[in-house]
Amino acid sequence: MNILSLFVLVPVLTIVAIVFTKNMKQTRLVSAIGMGIQLVLAAVLIFMYLSERNAGNTATMLFMYDAVWFPTLNIHYTIGVDGISVAMIGLTAIVVFAGVFASWMVEYLSREFFISLILLSSGVFGFFISLDLFTMFLFYEIAVIPMYLLIGIWGSGPKEYSAMKLTLMLMAGSALIMVGLLGIYFNSAPDGGPLNWNLMDISKITIPIEMQRFLFPFTFIGFGILGALFPFHTWSPDGHASAPTAVSMLHAGVLMKLGGYGAFRVAIFLMPEAAHEQAWIFIILTAISVVYGAFGAIWQKDLKYINAYSSVSHCGLVLFAVLMMNETALNGAIIQMISHGLMTALFFALIGMIYGRTHTRMVNEMGGLMKIIPFLGVAWVIGGLASLGLPGLSGFVAEMTVFIGAFQHTDVFHRVVTILAASSIVVTAVYILRVVGMLLFGPIKNEHFLHLEDAKWYERFSTITLIVSIAAIGLAPLWLSDMIGFSLGPIVQKLTGLPFASLF
Amino acid sequence: MSIYDFLTMRHELLLTLIAILVLIIDLNLKPSQKHYIIPIVQVLFLLHVVIGFLPGNEGVMFGGMYRSSALTIIMKNILNVGVLIILFQSVTWLKSPDNREKISEYFILLFSTLIGMYFMISSGDFLMFYLGLEIATIPMAALAAYTHHQTRSAEAGIKLILSSALSSGVLLFGLSFIYGTTGSLYFDQVAEVYSNSSLQILAFIFFFAGMAFKISLVPFHLWTADVYEGAPVNVTSYLSVISKGAASFILIIILFTVFHSIAYLWKDMIYLIAILTMTVGNLFAMRQKNMKRFLAFSSIAQAGFILLGILGGNVTGMTSVIYFVLVYIFSNLGAFGVVSAILAVTGKESMDDYDGLYATNPKLSLLMTLSMFSLAGIPPVAGFFGKFFLFTAAASAGYYWLVLIAVLNATISLYYYLLVVKAMFINKNETPIAYFKSDLPTRIGLLACVLGIFVLGFWSQIYEIISSLSFGIVNF
Repeated sequence: MNILSLFVLVPVLTIVAIVFTKNMKQTRLVSAIGMGIQLVLAAVLIFMYLSERNAGNTATMLFMYDAVWFPTLNIHYTIGVDGISVAMIGLTAIVVFAGVFASWMVEYLSREFFISLILLSSGVFGFFISLDLFTMFLFYEIAVIPMYLLIGIWGSGPKEYSAMKLTLMLMAGSALIMVGLLGIYFNSAPDGGPLNWNLMDISKITIPIEMQRFLFPFTFIGFGILGALFPFHTWSPDGHASAPTAVSMLHAGVLMKLGGYGAFRVAIFLMPEAAHEQAWIFIILTAISVVYGAFGAIWQKDLKYINAYSSVSHCGLVLFAVLMMNETALNGAIIQMISHGLMTALFFALIGMIYGRTHTRMVNEMGGLMKIIPFLGVAWVIGGLASLGLPGLSGFVAEMTVFIGAFQHTDVFHRVVTILAASSIVVTAVYILRVVGMLLFGPIKNEHFLHLEDAKWYERFSTITLIVSIAAIGLAPLWLSDMIGFSLGPIVQKLTGLPFASLF
Repeated sequence: MSIYDFLTMRHELLLTLIAILVLIIDLNLKPSQKHYIIPIVQVLFLLHVVIGFLPGNEGVMFGGMYRSSALTIIMKNILNVGVLIILFQSVTWLKSPDNREKISEYFILLFSTLIGMYFMISSGDFLMFYLGLEIATIPMAALAAYTHHQTRSAEAGIKLILSSALSSGVLLFGLSFIYGTTGSLYFDQVAEVYSNSSLQILAFIFFFAGMAFKISLVPFHLWTADVYEGAPVNVTSYLSVISKGAASFILIIILFTVFHSIAYLWKDMIYLIAILTMTVGNLFAMRQKNMKRFLAFSSIAQAGFILLGILGGNVTGMTSVIYFVLVYIFSNLGAFGVVSAILAVTGKESMDDYDGLYATNPKLSLLMTLSMFSLAGIPPVAGFFGKFFLFTAAASAGYYWLVLIAVLNATISLYYYLLVVKAMFINKNETPIAYFKSDLPTRIGLLACVLGIFVLGFWSQIYEIISSLSFGIVNF
């Protein structure tokens, strides 16, 4: 059996196993084992991928498998990975694994909770391995819909409102995507011959330019909604704030990356001519996302809102980088996705743990937590420093690469926008340090906090998994960017050499 | 014509035989034994379904008035499967004291309408088509008024018969124009000479308006909600699934084979009606609190999606419509099955009564959720594939904006489908519907829906078979 199919099969089998569990302890044990296997599989996949490449295999996609599904419509189940998808799969495996441990104490309907969570992850894995646009879309929707139940049942605050808002906005996004994909399909053979859904085959032809102009906005905005593209980002703060811990982790950490990945893999890769023409519109929007998200975070007092706005900013940067369409920026975009995925997951996990102890998420009601719960405090500081781009942690590598890539464009428009977007780094530093100061240092504002316990073993486990990964990317970014870089080659070849249309 | 030729009509003949048999058996049953008819009918109909699937004759009879092809056979079989599920789901309701006296009437009326639909689908000329339509419609009104001691049910029957009579009148008027201008009622001959003279266009519009009544397309949908709400739930499910499916089948056959020469005209019309139907159906469905009314409006919206497949105007369109109806039968019957099971045991049919259902009846809630997701078109259940292929058909004809409107409508529909899910899973309720165990037939009926909802999507074979049969029927 193809190793990639296992990434969908293992979650499905885990779900089946969970159905037969009797109580919470069994359920979480089965989930942990299932996702542990998934993590090991991801590690094996990375290892296998690297050794294939070292052995000189230069095929664009590795571990391909193809099965015809609906012959008359030429729908296949086609899977395969390149360095980018391998990296995303690794990220997903880590975050889901950490997420299972972060929700160790979910008692209310725990079976249903873990089933929904793992179903969501199977959608995400499926999305990253698919090369067939139909299958990809199928998995995309599978990844989105369990969110409604996860937030609606186990969330907090105005959870029903947030869940509905999030689901409907994302499904509206997928409506746009569907139109885009159908358009791509029916233009996949402009010179005659059978139409097809295969991503790699379509990338070899040029979709007629007038169709590209029509379809690109649909596809890009559709994926962009999930990537928190301004002004369609409003589901994100509400959704994240209401979601339970593990769901916020998974959603901000992985699901939002589906947006960035899709915008890059489908919208830009398949329609580069239109992308060049229309990029300036979206570059402006994403730059707004970046700066606006950062400023939004400053104003918030609720930890989850702060992190949600920070996610809007960071994910905006991913789309921003993707739109720059050169090798360095794209490399940065991928690293930013992974880096942000890890650190936002860490943040949300920590917020959940702190909230579980203090029963408040308002920064102004807390203070001096570093003295009481040092482990969580230190973890928070590490996450914060990664987020504001301190060298040695993943955030620095990502943002640096993105801005260098963006600055390679020599025209005024790109320079100005890049400088504006880069200013968000300063704003990020402001809100991160502000939160660290108010939350961890200073006087203890509430005497009930004096008796808080530090992290339990499962919480430590979850946190350390994420911190180690963040540091690994920060300290040794080269193996990651090598892995991505090789796969970026053919993509960049298709993207470059076309002139940008721009305002100035 | 030999005896052997009659095998071509095995669906119709066999079902007529069963209906008569039911009548005879019923006459010989004592009043206290009336309910024995239920298992007998189930077995007989099951046999009928199985025989329907056996490879059979294709051919033309009565000088072209009756046509049987692989495509019509599969359409009939699809309807058969749906009816079989309904037979299982309605057992609890039929056994209730109110209905004990008239169980066999239910079956005979049901089978009569089904025979009418068979003839309608197999018709090769407008006369046969009209006969089939009437046979399908008139017993339906009796069915809607089945629990006639309830005012609402009697009212539903009257409303159905009046609006049907009106629509049949309109349709017949159109048919008379067709005969007047072409001199024939045979589909083939009409198709050859049909053009865009104003009288013929008017004839087409009358014909279409009549059909739109049957499928309850906006603006001919006004009877739907009241009838659906008033009629007994097992009749409502029959109306909304089987009746609508059959009418869609014959509509697409006639549009594709008879009126293809004026396709450029009806495409614009259907374009507008599709948008109206989806949008109006959705907007009204959002505000409904009664589950039957809710499903009525949702089924109006679904009919709008079917039009997208018709607009495709090619093999993909034909296939996607038949496939969608098949999927829709299972999804909608799943939803109706749950409503019917709850109604039969507790008498509750308001959405508020479903609050907290998951805590007491998890299996029913899960099935309801599956059906809702399937109706909304969420993967991995079958509804996703059904909708996706309809949209593919419309996109293949270049209707990208229409597809966008449709997909956005699907998103809106997701809102109200999620409201049901929310009621069952999230809303709190002091006095939820207590746990109850449905009887065996109901559970079989529900299980069949679950299987259908899961299997139909992934099992691409079904789509391929329908697709291969659809070749040849499309003339343009």
